[in-house]
Amino acid sequence: MRVASIRARLAITVAAFGGLLVAALLVAPLLGSTSISLARVFDGRVAFADNVDAQIFFVARLPRVLAAALVGGALASAGVVFQALFRNPLASPDTLGVSSGAAFGAVAAITFHLDFTFGGLSSIPLASLAGGLGALGIVYALATARRRGLSTTVLLLAGVTMTAFFSALIMFMQYLADFTDTYRMVRWLMGMLDVGGYAPIVAALPLLAAAYGIFSTLPRALDLLSLGADAASARGVDVLGAERRALVGASLATGAAVSIAGPVGFVGIIVPHLVRLLVGADHRLVLPASVLFGASFLVVCDLVARTMFSPLEVPVGVVTAIIGGPFFLWLLIRRG
Amino acid sequence: MLRADNVSFAHRGHAPRVLDAVSVEAARGDLVGVIGPNGSGKTTLLRLLAGTLAPLTGSVSLEGRPLSDWSRRETARRIAYVPQETHSSFDFSVLDLVVMGRFPHLGTFALEGPEDLAIARRALDATGTLAFESRSFNTLSGGEKQRVVIASALAQSADLLLLDEPTASLDVGHQLDVTALLARLNREQGVTMVLSTHDLNFAASLCRRLVLLRGGRMLGSGQTDEVLTAGAVRALYDVEADVGRHERAGHLTVTPIARV
Repeated sequence: MRVASIRARLAITVAAFGGLLVAALLVAPLLGSTSISLARVFDGRVAFADNVDAQIFFVARLPRVLAAALVGGALASAGVVFQALFRNPLASPDTLGVSSGAAFGAVAAITFHLDFTFGGLSSIPLASLAGGLGALGIVYALATARRRGLSTTVLLLAGVTMTAFFSALIMFMQYLADFTDTYRMVRWLMGMLDVGGYAPIVAALPLLAAAYGIFSTLPRALDLLSLGADAASARGVDVLGAERRALVGASLATGAAVSIAGPVGFVGIIVPHLVRLLVGADHRLVLPASVLFGASFLVVCDLVARTMFSPLEVPVGVVTAIIGGPFFLWLLIRRG
Repeated sequence: MLRADNVSFAHRGHAPRVLDAVSVEAARGDLVGVIGPNGSGKTTLLRLLAGTLAPLTGSVSLEGRPLSDWSRRETARRIAYVPQETHSSFDFSVLDLVVMGRFPHLGTFALEGPEDLAIARRALDATGTLAFESRSFNTLSGGEKQRVVIASALAQSADLLLLDEPTASLDVGHQLDVTALLARLNREQGVTMVLSTHDLNFAASLCRRLVLLRGGRMLGSGQTDEVLTAGAVRALYDVEADVGRHERAGHLTVTPIARV
């Protein structure tokens, strides 16, 4: 049997998943409480100020759709990197405690009424970024403390423990907070893509660019790391350097996603697994495909979230959790 | 060409040394066996030689230059390492896995070309595994996996091959296959090898020189026919054994008799 060259496989993968994303980005803003038509949106004969369809498309809906795409791509690729790094297909921002650390940061910022901005990000996203990085730092330090290299068991158990610990702290703060603060907390914790404009998206772009820049150097090293640190090192991978880059890149991607939407669960588990079923294990295909498919996936999830129970809008985190919970359990059984 | 000088190693925070002042040398074309009981430090010694672990004291050098001065990629172009067991956490095909051996020859962003694929297929052919190039690696049997991982090491185009217990999980038929494969690679392609094993008959059938290791210390080293004696087996394993030349096999064989 002839196997297609990696170049051909990469081109087909990017074209197919890229096409899917373009379709999702064009169709999703057309659907909603008011249906609009793509022809009228791009009708050059009508001025923008008079073109209601174009205004709904670009002002009301596109920011939210773009936010979904960026968050979905970032969470999915962070999931891929975490899974390869920790040699465990169940690792993700959720299972490592990164998401709950980020949530704790945000809730703390709301509780203590922190109010500052830095680099276009306001205090809540910044605090959540810090919380996520802090949680990952603690989990990583615990997992590497006992012996040379990384202990996957300690890593996952520490992640579970941190999640429970942060949840308790969050409940404690919610219990003490007044109603307004509690409402803000709950809303933020649900994961919402209701960004209200392009500013939060633009603010997250540098983080994402840095993350993807780092990711682009990683795929082959991740392939080899999945055979074990020793095997990777013997084939020429600078294991410590690659692990650090992967960790920093995945944290930045997670942080960027959380800063836009809050914690949106399970994307980092569902998307990489579906992508691997379609393109195989090679990270040179899995990583770009997960970015593109993750983006499309969250755009569609958010479309469901805002149209299914119209006029009511459900937080997108509820939709991904309803799909992701059973999916995760199915994975556990399938892996035996 | 590859030598370890007085190397010692201890795991962080643990007092007893896993290896204590061990010196080994593999000249070009050599076939060296490291023998000793479980926990004698064989794997650690191989990892030090492969450069995936750095010695606590002493040094490992390749072509007279310390391994610590070589980049990981440079080292991997010269030294390939086959661990005792290889498991992949993702579902790679056999060909995928062997092509990964080309990593040290490709840049960070370079994709493998037809030449790399040809090298990978030659390696599969040499180990008799070309027939299952499109099968999933994780579904192979222990013996098949071992041969595929050796193919992946060959695809590195390295002239030094380090193997950790290459026959430990194999039945007697597959043991003979791997023995024949390694002998042929050494004889026909001039691949220099250092391998560890606790199977004395395997070591006797393949290795020209032996290093005797127990409790992290070297008990001796030399030509296989000279150092593999009943006394050496007793010193290594506390086992009374008959060691003699087997006419039909054409090499020394060890028959364990009783625990001392």
